[in-house]
Amino acid sequence: MEVASSRIRPATRTASKVCAACTSSSTSSSRPFSALNRPPPSYPGHVPLTRVERAGLAVGSGVMSLLNPYRHDLIAALGEATATPYFIYRLRDAMLSDPTGRRILRLRPRISSNTLSVEKLRQLPANTVGRAYVDWLDREGVSPDTRSQVRYIDDEECAYVMQRYRECHDFYHAVTGLPIVREGEVALKAFEFANTLIPMTGLSMLAVATLKPSERSRFWSTYFPWAVRNGVRSREVINVFWEEELERDVGELRAELGIERPPDLREIRQREREERKRQKEMQNQGR
Amino acid sequence: MAARPALRVCARALRVPTCRGVVSTRQFSVSCSRLNASESRGEERKTHFGYETINESEKQSRVAGVFTNVAESYDKMNDLMSLGVHRLWKDYFVSSLNPGATNPIGQPQRVLDVAGGTGDIAFRMLHHSHVLNGNPNIHVTISDINPAMLEVGRQRSLSLAAQQQSSLSFLEANAEKLPSSIPDNSLDLYTVAFGIRNFTDMPAALREAHRVLRPGGVFACLEFSKVDRFPLFNSVYKQWSFSAIPLIGQLVAGDRDSYQYLVESIERFPSQEAFRDMIVGAGFEVAGDGYENLTGGIAAIHRGIKPL
Repeated sequence: MEVASSRIRPATRTASKVCAACTSSSTSSSRPFSALNRPPPSYPGHVPLTRVERAGLAVGSGVMSLLNPYRHDLIAALGEATATPYFIYRLRDAMLSDPTGRRILRLRPRISSNTLSVEKLRQLPANTVGRAYVDWLDREGVSPDTRSQVRYIDDEECAYVMQRYRECHDFYHAVTGLPIVREGEVALKAFEFANTLIPMTGLSMLAVATLKPSERSRFWSTYFPWAVRNGVRSREVINVFWEEELERDVGELRAELGIERPPDLREIRQREREERKRQKEMQNQGR
Repeated sequence: MAARPALRVCARALRVPTCRGVVSTRQFSVSCSRLNASESRGEERKTHFGYETINESEKQSRVAGVFTNVAESYDKMNDLMSLGVHRLWKDYFVSSLNPGATNPIGQPQRVLDVAGGTGDIAFRMLHHSHVLNGNPNIHVTISDINPAMLEVGRQRSLSLAAQQQSSLSFLEANAEKLPSSIPDNSLDLYTVAFGIRNFTDMPAALREAHRVLRPGGVFACLEFSKVDRFPLFNSVYKQWSFSAIPLIGQLVAGDRDSYQYLVESIERFPSQEAFRDMIVGAGFEVAGDGYENLTGGIAAIHRGIKPL
């Protein structure tokens, strides 16, 4: 793309890199269109949105997913509606700059119960990535099929990048050990924002306002600094070929990626619950 | 690099279909696989499903899929999509039919509300007859092809007065072929509100309506129609339909595709005059234009009477 880059001054080189990141690589026309006259879809399920519709979807899904965080489809839609211009292209370029990322983009692996045998994962030794993943799935009661399809990203390759990020989200949970409770999700989203720069992950941090005061103080004192520190300095997690890392030791992978293990949130919450129960019992006995 | 398209096809073959089941991949263009399938099966009658063209045999199950998905949030979505105006349309529809007003007072009336699953029209008719006309001698049957919609109707009917509940019954049936439990010439009033555009074979449903109504019985249909008379209003209405309604469907019901189907089926429905001609063609007689526009033509009431 940049043939004469050696002759361009450094300042304008970064500017042109940003410009390149802002545009999609495909030759799809970006002519303005109305809802009555949509262009043909780029991939099955694709719905090209007008700017007004995209804004409406972003605002609507943002507000409603804040009010009801169980609406995973709206969180997904928020991610897609806010990913363009710049951010999803930057993530795609980050994949293109890394050899494993390029392999992932070429092979386009998908994570679902068809491609990942949960039974085989359960038989792996205890401290492997695959076993941590399937233990986490079982504990939280989810399956790899619960992720919605990407529909609102116009560039086909970027749609795959977003789909890949969505399907790997459970692996990030497994590697960091953060549970699926609101507190854990917000901490993981902070980490993802620092690492992938997807706007939805940053916006999800607004959910901090919905946490309990003790959880919130814990977030600001411990998990947020952990997330920023590790998200910024670690390797791009989007470039991890999870299907090939299933049998590796979790600690080894974490070290390689440059992620330190956060304090075990489940244990902390368990201890707090027990403490509260003990206090209540003491109060009842005192009566 | 040459292997890339091949690998992409392989990767696509492994893709998991969306969990929304029947209304999963809406495609604007007819895909190759579908063309080949129809050729191999020989000549199969085609019909429209929104903007898609599908086999007639498929349409019933696809529509069933849509309405099973929307049943739970049907009433809330109706309020959001029409900004509450659908209540005014239904009130006017029922009051203009004036169920229960017989001469002499208090004579029995038998009413069938087709595709009336959630009960909006039927409950209004019961209220109008029992309370406003003081005539408890009415029997309303709600019929719907979709059990999920009927279930919502049953649940809602539990909050009616007991006397009204005893005048109400539910029937799971296909309007194109009503069961023999509804004999010929047995009904005084046949209503269908916002249902007939989903039928695979509208003329068959109109013929069935003609069969079950008694001579002098009334056929009444409330349905979305064309706003061609007011072009500016029409463009605003179209923008609302195709932009806002699927978006609201996604936000509130988590189902963009069903609402995309709904607005497309509205677009595909024949105009006021064309539908009136279909009604006349089924053997009904109409008065004046045969239809009455509501809200500029967004909805229209078609009335016909079976000749004596």
